[in-house]
Amino acid sequence: MIPELGQFSLILAFCLSIVLGTLPIIGAHQNNLLWMSLSRPLTAGVFVFLGISILILAYAFATDDFSVQFVAQHSNSTLPFRYKLTAVWGGHEGSFLLWTFMLAGWMLAVAIFSKSVPTDFLARVLGVLGILCGLYILFMLATSNPFDRIVPLPPADGSDLNSALQDFGFIVHPPTLYMGYVGFSVVFAFAVAALLSGKLDAAWARWSRPWANVAWAILTIGIALGSWWAYYELGWGGWWAWDPVENPPLITWLFGTALIHSLAMTEKRGMFKNWSVLLAILAFSGSLLGTFITRSGLLTSVHAFATDPSRGFFILGILGFTVGGALLLFAMRASLMKSEFGFDLVSREIFLLVNNVILVVAAASIFLGTLFPMVYQAISGDLISIGPPYFNAIFVPLMIILVLFLGIGPMSRWKRTSVTYLIQQLSKVAIAGILIGVLLPLIILLRFSLAATLAVAFGAWIVLSIVKDISNKIANKETKWQGLRSLSVSYCGMQVAHFGVAVMFVGIGLTSYFSSEKSVLLQPGQSVELETYSFTFNGSAPVTGPNYIGDEAQITVRKNGEDIQVLHPQRRVYLASGTPSTEMAIDAGFLRDLFVTLGEEKEAGAWSMTIYVKPFVRWVWLGAIFMAFGGMLAAGDKRYRRLGQRRTTPLKEPAAGKPQLAS
Amino acid sequence: MKPHRKERLGIIVFITIGLSLAIGLTLFALSQNIDLFYTPTQVAQGEVSPGQRIRIGGMVRDGSFQSANDSLRVQFATTDYVNDVMIHYEGILPDLFREGQGIVVEGSVDNLGVFQASRVLAKHDENYMSQEVKAALDAAGVSAENRPLSPQP
Repeated sequence: MIPELGQFSLILAFCLSIVLGTLPIIGAHQNNLLWMSLSRPLTAGVFVFLGISILILAYAFATDDFSVQFVAQHSNSTLPFRYKLTAVWGGHEGSFLLWTFMLAGWMLAVAIFSKSVPTDFLARVLGVLGILCGLYILFMLATSNPFDRIVPLPPADGSDLNSALQDFGFIVHPPTLYMGYVGFSVVFAFAVAALLSGKLDAAWARWSRPWANVAWAILTIGIALGSWWAYYELGWGGWWAWDPVENPPLITWLFGTALIHSLAMTEKRGMFKNWSVLLAILAFSGSLLGTFITRSGLLTSVHAFATDPSRGFFILGILGFTVGGALLLFAMRASLMKSEFGFDLVSREIFLLVNNVILVVAAASIFLGTLFPMVYQAISGDLISIGPPYFNAIFVPLMIILVLFLGIGPMSRWKRTSVTYLIQQLSKVAIAGILIGVLLPLIILLRFSLAATLAVAFGAWIVLSIVKDISNKIANKETKWQGLRSLSVSYCGMQVAHFGVAVMFVGIGLTSYFSSEKSVLLQPGQSVELETYSFTFNGSAPVTGPNYIGDEAQITVRKNGEDIQVLHPQRRVYLASGTPSTEMAIDAGFLRDLFVTLGEEKEAGAWSMTIYVKPFVRWVWLGAIFMAFGGMLAAGDKRYRRLGQRRTTPLKEPAAGKPQLAS
Repeated sequence: MKPHRKERLGIIVFITIGLSLAIGLTLFALSQNIDLFYTPTQVAQGEVSPGQRIRIGGMVRDGSFQSANDSLRVQFATTDYVNDVMIHYEGILPDLFREGQGIVVEGSVDNLGVFQASRVLAKHDENYMSQEVKAALDAAGVSAENRPLSPQP
């Protein structure tokens, strides 16, 4: 009975979404205040009923209700309780419910935190989101209902959650990624609302910016969590594989990054309005593309859900309808978006343009590489795959150019910057960066390495130019402390995020070139050397977990004859499904990670295993944390509240979204 | 030409050159990195030239798996139930590698005609059959659902 209530609640949420998607938009068009004012309560209603729905699904998992097909497929009575709850997003149906619920959360946040936005505009924004939400719920009800029952004979026990998903990463990565992904729907809705109203001005950019920043920051964290999880769970020692399902979040992220830079220009200078709108649409299509690729089964990937083609067509339909509709609207309103076009060849505008061109080109080439196998198959009938070398060959040079300009851009001025000024400001920074790049690796490694030099030099280039810019800004203040306090929050956010880019760049560069690995077969008592470390295999012993059995090996790591760590990698077999799984052992460190994954047992207690030494790999995710923090900081700038007060009605709440409320 | 037009022209030229450079490089990189997919039958019939990097999709033939006891070398046959291809691999196999399981191998045929795999992929979900494996079985006229349990010669 209770699961039926969940479905009933889903249907109610659908009905409310449809009303939300029609009345307020029509009301805004006809200036009907009553219809417009329906948008907030309707949004709350959609949120509440989707919330009830997802809670009931969680309840079905918690109480082992295996008559619900989705529960029977993704849970088991022996599954630990935390995974029972999170198994809600362990498969296609439930994860889509979470996705839709996240959207409802964002909608509620918009309804609460947009008091400075005029009623008609807000009605359009929430209306567009309502249409989107309605389409998602319709998709669930039509093709993938999480509440479907197994009648008449439910199984006695479930077939268990995929063993690779029984991990902390699974608890945090999907919700964060979805929240970031779906956040771009809000920016999309703001853009469409602006197109509908025909008023595309700096105010629109100012309203969108905090949302874009927050969605971007959460997406950054979501991608980084996924990368970190893949790193320690999948056991091949990598943190990025250019997998067809990893790519859409990155595409979305790149469009999103371009968007937050372009919105800065639209807000501050009233320029590139149409470009910003287009980027908002593109970022949103990136998020839908990710859904499509994961759930249609058209591309082979570790993430792919077991699928049926009708779902793919349905999502393609949603994609076509929303993005196509938005683009059509965009084309019709293009004449309204006359941007001013006044700046010199050397100016901040140009540098932001370069940033945008590079990011969009990068996103487009990843898009091409991801979908090319599909297109190729449709044309020639042959199956092909595009490997990481393609993506690296495109992406790495583009990012190097981006980093080069990143050092110059923030230093330049709007409208016009003289080249001599930039040279005067940055020549010392460049020289110092090169010196650090050459000397630092030389001192640590005692040999010259071009890769290390490049990574460190570019990292130093960014960091030093940040320091130089800040010291310029506070030079006229009485004390340094006063100067630092006078910097605006959004400026600090920008610099923190840029610092994150430097950290990540150095991390990626160093870990890519200096990681080493060795696959070996070790008898108990045998040792193997890798880099400056020695790994001794002490033997293995059986282990028993709540829902698995396995073997655990003990490996002592020594450096210069001293014990530094004992690692315990495991090889498990999950009892309910019979699937084997490796649990690697990692000794994480600021400067290097050591880790071991077990292969299989051979004769006389010997085990095959792979040993990795990965310098600076933590910096990749550390950089992402700085970036996300910077994005949040920028979104929290007082400006978004103050300007709102001046221009429109007084407001009580900050205009910037608080992300935790969107969950 | 008026100065601002000149500037605009400059920007347009800059963007055009940048874009065509990017597109050119992209297409070049793409053409260098296509891994073609073959079925075991195609490989057995010698359609692949030595050294060419390819992917093969198929099932691991029951009873074909052998591993060395003193090293990480393994060999097994991948099959579409019509033809087999022997795969040599050195390293640790993925968790879900099993006989009778659909897999994808990446590598090339060496000069002696032996397939040396650089990567072996098995899917996370044992119910999920990757497109490559399905295509190989379809091409061999064996449907993925009712594949014979004991391979036919």
